[in-house]
Amino acid sequence: MPVVGVLALQGDFAEHIVVLRRLGVETREVRLPGELEGLDALIIPGGESTTIGKLAHDYQLIEPLRALGAEKPIWGTCAGAIFLSKDATRVKQGQPLLGLMDITIQRNAFGRQVDSFETALNVPVLAAFDPANPPFEAVFIRAPLIESVDAPDVEVLARLDSETIVAARQGHLLATSFHPELNQDDRFHQYFLSLIPD
Amino acid sequence: MTEGNGNKDVASFKVKAGLAQMLKGGVIMDVVTAEHAKIAEDAGAVAVMALERVPADIRADGGVARMSDPELILGIMDAVSIPVMAKVRIGHFVEAQILESLGVDYIDESEVLTPADEAHHINKHDFKIPFVCGCRNLGEALRRIAEGAAMIRTKGEAGTGDVVEAVRHARSVMGSIRKLQTMADEELFTYSKEIGAPYDLVKQVKELGRLPVVNFAAGGIATPADAALMMQLGVDGVFVGSGIFKSGNPAKRAAAIVKATTHYLDAAILAEVSRNLGEPMVGRQVTDIPEEERIADRGW
Repeated sequence: MPVVGVLALQGDFAEHIVVLRRLGVETREVRLPGELEGLDALIIPGGESTTIGKLAHDYQLIEPLRALGAEKPIWGTCAGAIFLSKDATRVKQGQPLLGLMDITIQRNAFGRQVDSFETALNVPVLAAFDPANPPFEAVFIRAPLIESVDAPDVEVLARLDSETIVAARQGHLLATSFHPELNQDDRFHQYFLSLIPD
Repeated sequence: MTEGNGNKDVASFKVKAGLAQMLKGGVIMDVVTAEHAKIAEDAGAVAVMALERVPADIRADGGVARMSDPELILGIMDAVSIPVMAKVRIGHFVEAQILESLGVDYIDESEVLTPADEAHHINKHDFKIPFVCGCRNLGEALRRIAEGAAMIRTKGEAGTGDVVEAVRHARSVMGSIRKLQTMADEELFTYSKEIGAPYDLVKQVKELGRLPVVNFAAGGIATPADAALMMQLGVDGVFVGSGIFKSGNPAKRAAAIVKATTHYLDAAILAEVSRNLGEPMVGRQVTDIPEEERIADRGW
């Protein structure tokens, strides 16, 4: 059985762990570099990207996370997607990024909390987990968006409208600007687990 | 076709409670200037509470404490990229309408300010901006949630630097939840009546084994050890009011409390971040404060 870590520096890591356990996966909270040992995959949760970035820097997690991401699946939701990206706009000056995924992210792209919303997204790749593939109820909270995909191997998985990319994958790296961990619908987590090699 | 259906549901309860979920494991800091707000953001705060005076000063100054000047709140919103909260008086729904028009991220209907209504809290369902409210016990928490609060904080006793009331209120809420889980379903009706809380929410808490919204601790947290204590007692995060900017070295203490909230189970890290923090805020023992000056008793 794979062991999936959830970065537990700050944010809604417990919500991710609930979904992973529901799917029968062994989980581990990660706060220090040693806790990355032996993981098959990692989720970086929603939260405040400035806080997560600072704590990751202060506890020497940046390089070990980059090393993990070179080989193993990593999924960033919202703040986690910002942290995964190679380039980000509207971030705090000097805010650390892992720079693993060739996407440009715009932080707080929709505005303040009053502009947060729920909507239904069509996500074709989720058909593998439910042939009917109903729309995915996505929760956007002070959410970022993916301004651009910056390499030919980055696949767009979902858009809000023709302009706005909100989910993308590059090989074993996954970024969503919304929060599948706040739903009872586990298909996005199933999709992420399918990126772990047998 | 990879696009959505284009229908956006704004200000749903899930979206309101969801922001609080993103603040979990974090520290929300009281700030009175844009400079303070930047220090808080640099230290790793997940949000700031914009106000004119920290609770210790409100206590010292006396008089009526009201919503802060919108100019000050807007200045703080401009200064930082993290969420900004602001306080309104209990029951003062017009102050809340004003904060909503400013676009703050969360409204704290707070006992730290002088109450505007001695019988009723704000109907928080009427607002697009989510609310956080204080509680001393499970019944009070569930009354606030019934009124629409999307986040709860235990009250503690603000502006004292004495953590004892924060501990009392967190233990009361957590203890009641544990007791509730051992009750038979038919006992929930009488228990709901006893604690003055809606039956449906009591039943939901029994099923979940926790409050249905995020619960932070507040009121008297002044050190990294205080923050870790509250986390170990089972809260989701902490508010620090006077404890940071009334101390000798606010930037260092703020960063240390952030680290302590993340590594709350790691005593070696707690020891490390507690070293050489300089003077803590001058505390005031809660037992020395006359009953009528205690803030936590405001709220109904």
